[in-house]
Amino acid sequence: MSLLHTRNLTAFYGDFQALFGINFAVDSGETVAIIGANGAGKSTFLRSLTGLLINDADAIRFKGKAIGALPANHIVGAGIAMVPEGRKLFPSLSVEENLKIGNYSGREGPWSVERIMDLFPFMRQRRHNPGAALSGGQQQMVAIGRALMSNPDLLLCDEISLGLAPTVIKDIYDTLPAIQETGTTVVVVEQDIQQAMAVADRVYCFMEGRVTLEGPPGNLSHDAIREAYFGLKGAV
Amino acid sequence: MANTGTYCVTTATRTSRIGLMLMLAGVAFLSLTPVWGGRSDMRLVVEFCYFLALAQMWNLLAGYAGLVSVGQQAFVGLGGYALFVSTIFMGVHPLLALPLAAVVAGILALPTALIVFRLRGAYFAIGTWVMAEVYRLSFAQVSVLGGGSGQSLPINVIKSVASSRSDRELVVFAIGIMLAVASTGIVWWLLRSRHGLALTAIRDSEPASESLGVNNFKTKLLVYVLAAAITGFIGALIYLQKFRIAPDAAFSLIDWTAYVIFIVVIGGIGRIEGPIVGTIVFFILREFLSDLGSWYLMMLGLVAVVIMLKAPQGIWGELANRFDLHFFPVQRRLYRSDGQTPGGSA
Amino acid sequence: MDWINAVVQGILVGGLYALFATGLSLIFGIMRLVNIAHGDLIVLASFLGLVIVTGLGLYPLVALLIVVPLMFALGYALQRGLLNFTLGSDILPPLLVTFGLSIIIQNALLEIFSADSQKLPAGPLQTASMQIAEGLAVGVFPVIVFACAVVVIAGLQLLLYRTALGAAFRATSDDPDTARLMGIDNRHIFALAMAISLAVVALAGVFLGMRTAFDPSIGPGRLIYAFEAVIIGGLGSLWGTLVGGIVLGVSQIIGGKLFPGADQLAGHVVFLIILVFRPRGLFPRAMD
Repeated sequence: MSLLHTRNLTAFYGDFQALFGINFAVDSGETVAIIGANGAGKSTFLRSLTGLLINDADAIRFKGKAIGALPANHIVGAGIAMVPEGRKLFPSLSVEENLKIGNYSGREGPWSVERIMDLFPFMRQRRHNPGAALSGGQQQMVAIGRALMSNPDLLLCDEISLGLAPTVIKDIYDTLPAIQETGTTVVVVEQDIQQAMAVADRVYCFMEGRVTLEGPPGNLSHDAIREAYFGLKGAV
Repeated sequence: MANTGTYCVTTATRTSRIGLMLMLAGVAFLSLTPVWGGRSDMRLVVEFCYFLALAQMWNLLAGYAGLVSVGQQAFVGLGGYALFVSTIFMGVHPLLALPLAAVVAGILALPTALIVFRLRGAYFAIGTWVMAEVYRLSFAQVSVLGGGSGQSLPINVIKSVASSRSDRELVVFAIGIMLAVASTGIVWWLLRSRHGLALTAIRDSEPASESLGVNNFKTKLLVYVLAAAITGFIGALIYLQKFRIAPDAAFSLIDWTAYVIFIVVIGGIGRIEGPIVGTIVFFILREFLSDLGSWYLMMLGLVAVVIMLKAPQGIWGELANRFDLHFFPVQRRLYRSDGQTPGGSA
Repeated sequence: MDWINAVVQGILVGGLYALFATGLSLIFGIMRLVNIAHGDLIVLASFLGLVIVTGLGLYPLVALLIVVPLMFALGYALQRGLLNFTLGSDILPPLLVTFGLSIIIQNALLEIFSADSQKLPAGPLQTASMQIAEGLAVGVFPVIVFACAVVVIAGLQLLLYRTALGAAFRATSDDPDTARLMGIDNRHIFALAMAISLAVVALAGVFLGMRTAFDPSIGPGRLIYAFEAVIIGGLGSLWGTLVGGIVLGVSQIIGGKLFPGADQLAGHVVFLIILVFRPRGLFPRAMD
């Protein structure tokens, strides 16, 4: 049985429909990447999973429970944590406080402030700095650490490579195995197709609020991806 | 192809034509009060007119420019005192003192704006209130104006309006009617002018329009000063009718701002028709319920709270959405939907 | 000595103003809500104190043990049941709803208690004073009020910066959506903030009632003092709020000495001067 799956998930902003019946599944232990252009509905999909957009309860099932109608503040307690796009550190909290608030839900598990700092050693010196005083890559690491602090079963990473230098992106993705070792399943949303293909066991491609392609990276041809990503048929 | 566009336009012009007819009928009915009614009816109509004018001004500020003022009583009071000072101490004719009061209020609105514009949003609101308090307390200190207990308009000044009492009442009545029509017309004209678009932008998204920078500030300042000037004129007319002024009453938050806010919220904020509907509802409620005293005010507060939560567009907003009514079309897109339509955009 | 006396009186009055202002500052800091009914809630607390003092025969300071929890509960219910629904990007709903609330509270108090002036009996504390230096005596009660203000602000400061709940308050203030992703129920956080705000208001209301006469109409005036103290101190700074209260208190007392009857006006004018020259207040927060 899959860890999380959605059935015919839709989402609206007022009259505007952003998602049209998304069927999505992720198994425990596998790494899934969601790719798609700007406005394809990737972030809306994550907002739905995390309860920032409310759905029918049955549209999203997580560990067998219908969670589609749970508000955001109950989702993290159920075991889904999110690294939001743009990091979204709390500017008036220090690095350490940002991490600690990640465990506001009180879920128990392997992660602690000290263990996060083992994973990202730079934090030890910056412990009491405000989150906003860090570089972009460091902020991204704090955001990941903050999400891990809730000891999630499922970690959703929204565009974690956005705006970062290639070496920094590599550093961040290099920590994924250590995270998965603790039993956390990872879903990454990426605009960078290469990056997504490199880390994922399976890829979903979104376009205009629909899933246009799904499968293991090895099985997907460049043309198929291009068509699913840009909607260009046969174009070069 | 352009069918839908043309259809939209004709609908809008038909309802606005009906609206205009209704308005004209209303104005005609009120204008003929001296024919069908007595002196108390005339007084009531004058009161209706100045509340409508005050409501149009507050709606222009809060509903269109995003300037939620709870200090408009400052300009009512300043206008009233301008009438008293200019007629008593400077020998100005009372009817000339009315536009003079507008000028005085408009000029004093400039330094007031420079102070309160430093505050954002809700703090702006309380800032305007502090300014009104400063004016109130300042006038209470001026002993030649009667200090805190106030002063009456001397009989010779009153007589200079017109020699007979009924003539004087007729003059005040006529000005009242004109004031209500003019304040509504000015708001309509302003919204159809090029400032209207800037105002709509400010109302729809303060931060987004803020990126327009200086123009945004200028537009707001223009609206603030204009509203202050007209409110000053209204204040002078109010005290030309009342003959007696005192700081606490002239700068009363409840009388000149709280009631007005309730009128606009109940009628429909951000629409020209809102203040008209609101003033009618307000006067009907008052006729039946004002004997209840504080219960009446509690009820007004409650109605405003409920409307703000359940129907933030007010009575007119609900009606307009349901029946697609636009008596005062200011939305250009209706016209632009078909570029062929003659006399389209304003 | 006369002038030193006036300054000391002003500082002590400033403590009461700081208590007026702290709740306003707190809820603005956490949810960007400006509560126009704040002053009327202070007066409501004074009347609650009056009911308990006369009904149960308690001393006003003992009545605080009932008034503070009551106002705390009222704040929680008010936010959860009403004001949470007004929060959003549009500033009009919270402003107009609290404005309506202000009118409702004022007139309800008027209906129940009439327009008569009331006072909470402070007993010997009313007149007790202590000699600080030759010719300089201060009232014991104003000193207690001032000390309370300091303790309240220090306590809130500890709560905000040293506890998990405080971190949740600050996180919600920074970014409510992301805070929800952390499992923080922002409706609950906002309600707790309003509850704390009204608990401080309860303290302020009872002290106000013990210090001077009060009636249902004085709420808006207290709101204005609170507002001025907040702006003078700098938005979002609690210690700044205390300084703001002191500046306001000293301005009023000195102004009243120079120009009898103009104490309120003097306070407003000093406020306006500070607003013109230091629009972000004396202690602006680094980020806002």
